[in-house]
Amino acid sequence: MLILECPYCGLHADETELAPGGEAHLKRFGPGSSDDDFEGYLFMRENPKGVHFERWRHANGCGKWFHAARDTNTLEVFGTYSAQTTEPPQDIKDKISARRPGWTWREFA
Amino acid sequence: MSTRLAQGGRFLNRARKVNFTFNGQHLTGHEGDTLASALLAQGQMMVGRSFKYHRPRGMVASGAEEPNALVNLGSGNRLEPNQRATTTELFDGLTATSQNHWPSLEFDVGAVNTYFSRFLPAGFYYKMFMYPRAFWKHVYEPFIRQSAGLGRAPEPHVRDEDTYEHFYAFVDVLVIGGGVAGLQAALTAGRAGAQVLLIEQTAHWGGRAPVDGGTVDGKPAAEFVDAALAELRGMKNVVLRDRCMGAGVYDHGYVLAYERISDHAPGPAGPRHRLWRLRCKQVVTATGAIERPLSFAGNDIPGVMLASAVRDYAVNYGVSIGDRTVVVTNNDDAYRTAITLKGLGLEVPAIIDARAGGGGALADEARALGIRVETGKAIAKVKGAKRVEGVAICAQAGEGAVLEEIKCDAVAMSGGWSPVVHLWSHCGGKLTWDDAQAMFRPNADLAPTGAAGEAFVIPAGTANGYMGLAEVLADAAAAGVAAAKAVGAKPKKAEAPQASTPDEAPIEPVWLMPQGADIKLRMKAWLDFQNDVKVSDVQLAAREGFESVEHAKRYTTLGMATDQGKLSNINGLAILSDALGQPIPQTGTTTFRPPYTPISMGAIAGEARGKVFQPIRRTPLQDWHEGQGAYFEPVGHWRRPYCYPRGEESHAQAVAREINQTRGSLGMLDASTLGKLIVKGPDAGKFLDMLYTNMMSTLKPGRCRYGLMCSENGFLMDDGVVARIHDDTFLCHTTTGGADRIHAHMEEWLQTEWWDWQVYVANVTEQYGQIAVVGPDARKVLEKLGGMDVSKDTLPFMAWADGELGGIACRVYRISFSGELSYEIAVDAGHARALWDKLLESGAEFNVMPYGTEALHVMRAEKGFIMIGDETDGTVIPQDLGLDWAISKKKEDYIGKRAQERSHMTDPRRWKLVGLETVDGSKLPDGAYAVADGKNANGQRNVQGRVTSTYHSPTLGRGIAMGLVLNGPDRMGEVIEFPGTDGKTYKARIVDPVFFDKDGEKQNV
Amino acid sequence: MSEPVSAVKNAVFSGIVRVEDCGPQGMITLRSDASNAKLKQAVKVVIGADLPPVRGISANGDRAVAWMSPDEWLILLPYAEARAAEAELRKALAGTHHLAETVSDARAFFRVTGDAARVREVLAKLVPVDLHPARFGTGEMRRTRMAQVAAAIWLESEGEARVICFRSVGAYVFDLLSAAAANGSEVAFFDA
Repeated sequence: MLILECPYCGLHADETELAPGGEAHLKRFGPGSSDDDFEGYLFMRENPKGVHFERWRHANGCGKWFHAARDTNTLEVFGTYSAQTTEPPQDIKDKISARRPGWTWREFA
Repeated sequence: MSTRLAQGGRFLNRARKVNFTFNGQHLTGHEGDTLASALLAQGQMMVGRSFKYHRPRGMVASGAEEPNALVNLGSGNRLEPNQRATTTELFDGLTATSQNHWPSLEFDVGAVNTYFSRFLPAGFYYKMFMYPRAFWKHVYEPFIRQSAGLGRAPEPHVRDEDTYEHFYAFVDVLVIGGGVAGLQAALTAGRAGAQVLLIEQTAHWGGRAPVDGGTVDGKPAAEFVDAALAELRGMKNVVLRDRCMGAGVYDHGYVLAYERISDHAPGPAGPRHRLWRLRCKQVVTATGAIERPLSFAGNDIPGVMLASAVRDYAVNYGVSIGDRTVVVTNNDDAYRTAITLKGLGLEVPAIIDARAGGGGALADEARALGIRVETGKAIAKVKGAKRVEGVAICAQAGEGAVLEEIKCDAVAMSGGWSPVVHLWSHCGGKLTWDDAQAMFRPNADLAPTGAAGEAFVIPAGTANGYMGLAEVLADAAAAGVAAAKAVGAKPKKAEAPQASTPDEAPIEPVWLMPQGADIKLRMKAWLDFQNDVKVSDVQLAAREGFESVEHAKRYTTLGMATDQGKLSNINGLAILSDALGQPIPQTGTTTFRPPYTPISMGAIAGEARGKVFQPIRRTPLQDWHEGQGAYFEPVGHWRRPYCYPRGEESHAQAVAREINQTRGSLGMLDASTLGKLIVKGPDAGKFLDMLYTNMMSTLKPGRCRYGLMCSENGFLMDDGVVARIHDDTFLCHTTTGGADRIHAHMEEWLQTEWWDWQVYVANVTEQYGQIAVVGPDARKVLEKLGGMDVSKDTLPFMAWADGELGGIACRVYRISFSGELSYEIAVDAGHARALWDKLLESGAEFNVMPYGTEALHVMRAEKGFIMIGDETDGTVIPQDLGLDWAISKKKEDYIGKRAQERSHMTDPRRWKLVGLETVDGSKLPDGAYAVADGKNANGQRNVQGRVTSTYHSPTLGRGIAMGLVLNGPDRMGEVIEFPGTDGKTYKARIVDPVFFDKDGEKQNV
Repeated sequence: MSEPVSAVKNAVFSGIVRVEDCGPQGMITLRSDASNAKLKQAVKVVIGADLPPVRGISANGDRAVAWMSPDEWLILLPYAEARAAEAELRKALAGTHHLAETVSDARAFFRVTGDAARVREVLAKLVPVDLHPARFGTGEMRRTRMAQVAAAIWLESEGEARVICFRSVGAYVFDLLSAAAANGSEVAFFDA
């Protein structure tokens, strides 16, 4: 039972107020894209034991989608941030690097 | 015999007698008794039969770890099986019966199993009931279920008459356990200003300390407990809760606590149990320790009890377990029992200490009292069957050659103590093996971590492996300081009170008694009393290759009973380690899972029962439907009228009547459950063009358009009519089940993909009641109500208008899902009933009647309209349904477009929608498959299509159906076969899916 | 026009607190960018209250504005005035991207009154929210989950809470609150 801070209302929301939305930072591929790109967008997902970026919605709350960076193994939460970005903000990346030395963006696990 | 002593019993109020029954026998105890102590006071040692061999079982423990004393508690609407007598507080009128025996507790037929026990070793069921496979379900399973088992579940018709509830609370520091460690930790954290919740599973504070003796700041431990309680109760930032057990510790500081509010005094109004759903910044587990049994032959015979339990019954309840109690131990603590009993004037014929060197100061005290102490000795076996009659003594170092027999009627055993590490371990806290104390204790370096990646559980006192009173208090104070600091409070330095207890000699691990016990003895040396697992079973498991402790557990069932191995686990894995020739830490423990002890199903359900079991959604017209005696069907959480039977009518007859009336004249439908989403903004049109397969941006204000919505995977997910309200405002109707889902879908795309588009969405589904007025006389009834022009010219098909009907403001959509002249009228929900009543009144002359969802379904099927969830199942694309006309060719993109370009989506062999008419006019079975020639790789018949919806059409007087069929649209007129599950084969002709009014003349008038 | 009917028609339950249907209540969903220059003024003029801070609710007599989301507010006002206020807001915000929709009938609205600690307790049986007086007080709007449905709660004053939920589950929420307010179910957690 996680608690995640909704970056919009500032609440530390109980997991039962939230709805999960899978992996964050996917790039959409539409008509005209290659089969490989489209397959990657629609189906291929990271499943790391460790650092991961996820989409969550404060469904029973302000209704906003946000992103969470957390460790799927220890459940440590490195931070939550706006869903309206294509990659994690620098302070989140720095925090992860401090807690998980050697980690780099787009290298899950 | 066990009996009540003339005095003593610090929990008792001897002035108050309490009446109860056990197996129908009327008995009395005292206020303050547990059921166990009251039974023991009456000489009732035997309380049940074991799981497998049906051996007589008596009380072994005095608390939550008790494996044997499980009873059926209460009766009728308050019957609960498998309740522990040791944690059941006695109250007037309590009724209990013993379980797992037949015909009676004293004489049990199943007990013959014990004579065959050498034929029922570990894994017996696995080996015996393998073949033939066909016997699994109907022969073996019923047999095993009959012979195994504890209490019986209440009968299905029985309804628990108590109530239960949840309570969400948030605290800085939760202290679990109200012994001296918990009290001290709470004091320290509380004095620092942290918000503290202290919970204790029993009705008594102070834990074992008042029984075990020792002094705190020069005074008896009990005085420290009273003073601590008084101080804690005076703190505004501390809440104390007794009869409240820490059940489980979970991620991010989530803890479940189980409060038994009225189990000890049923009757008054209010909930029986309360499940606390806690969020804690820090958790201190001051959960104490549990004494371990010793493994010697006959250690399961009633009268053999944990030494600490013998002491508890004497001190707390004034109950002696026997007149002559032999104490057997490998540590000093059990000497306290001998000293206590002697002090009460009872006989202790001998203390059998397995350690060659014997004990320390307590041993000296025992000797000074004249108690015989034998060192380096062991119990070879216990004499007796339903009750201890004596013990045979041997050398611990030997194989069991009897040196002497000692007559006794009770045995108090102690194999050392195991810290209660369950709550520490639930969320990942690791353990370390303490060789000197022969115990697993929390490894403080590997604590459970929370959201910040920092430890959030702190073990304290005996739960942390500190066994002496002084070090317990020091550790607990340190835990209180650490917890307070972690939550930002400012604790003073750890100010633990000074405690003293006699010096103790070290424990010596004894896992088998005597150490070289032969197989006959090992087969009678119990590890798990409830599940009948013996030393020999674990050794057999090891020999047969079950080397992992988790495998050995499941093979032998060690620790799998309702007590979850609280007494047996450590002894069992020590035996396993020995058999495998490896040290204990290498074997490790099995996983500790919540709850700590079983909690009631009622507490888990909380308030969610009866009418609030789930949220049932009601439309503004629900009262009316109920008043009409409508037959309801669930649609999500809604309950929609399926039909409105009249008199003796069957549902099918009612549906036919409703359809005939609607097609012939006038019907009304409560369509309020349809989703209604306002989509507004400069980019609203562009957004809807992406959401729907067809073009919405070209829709003119005042007009409606039917639209299809697909997932990014290309599959059809929802449909509905979109109305353009203004240039920048649309109202999108969704299916009943789609309202919340599609609203969320829209928000998701707007917030996470096209966040720069200027669009707002509002879900106004429940703002409006929506009434469909349907049939050739629909216009007449609206005109009769008056207030707005609903003529063909002003309000043509697929148009909408705002206005008033009968003085009630509304919005009228000229849309039709039945193929009839039809108006859907949206009205503020608070006025919906008024409009409904007016429509009924003015429709009376047309014999207006409401119709339900089944009539709706049949009428749409007659018209060949698809239904999301019938024609679609998450694998169907619009092209499969012949809906290409609703897919814009002009748009570069829409959600699902790219997916629909994938090769298997454009495969011409995809099954396509057609109508199906049985050759004989009967109704096709729902979901039936059309078979084709040949067989597939699994030897099953090939298929070429399936039925998606099927009805009897009263309009056409025959069965009609829709289905997806291979090359269906090219095979009109062909007859294909659908085998039914009833053994019959149905022949159906492929036809156009529009069965009725193909040109739409009826709706376009 | 007929008299509006609320979801549970003036139902009342009395236990350790009193639970009652507030009857028809005007409500408007207002969406706009928080930085919209006209927004503050529009709300001030039409409602007479300031835009509340994040998770806040600010009142002006029988009118109030509650924060629902970074770009959404809920306006509370007498039922009969909702449509007119909706039109005024639309007018005041004309030319800017916004949405104002009357949702009075889409909701059920309850009042929970009694001893301050009891009122908090009854709510705390149903919502995963820290309702300790030190961390939840008047002026805060809390959208959350109440048992199995979405709800919003706030304290009008100590000893008086308000609960909003969707109309279709009004009966469910009323029954939930009544169950939580059953006699004999005091928790005494907030009393200290």
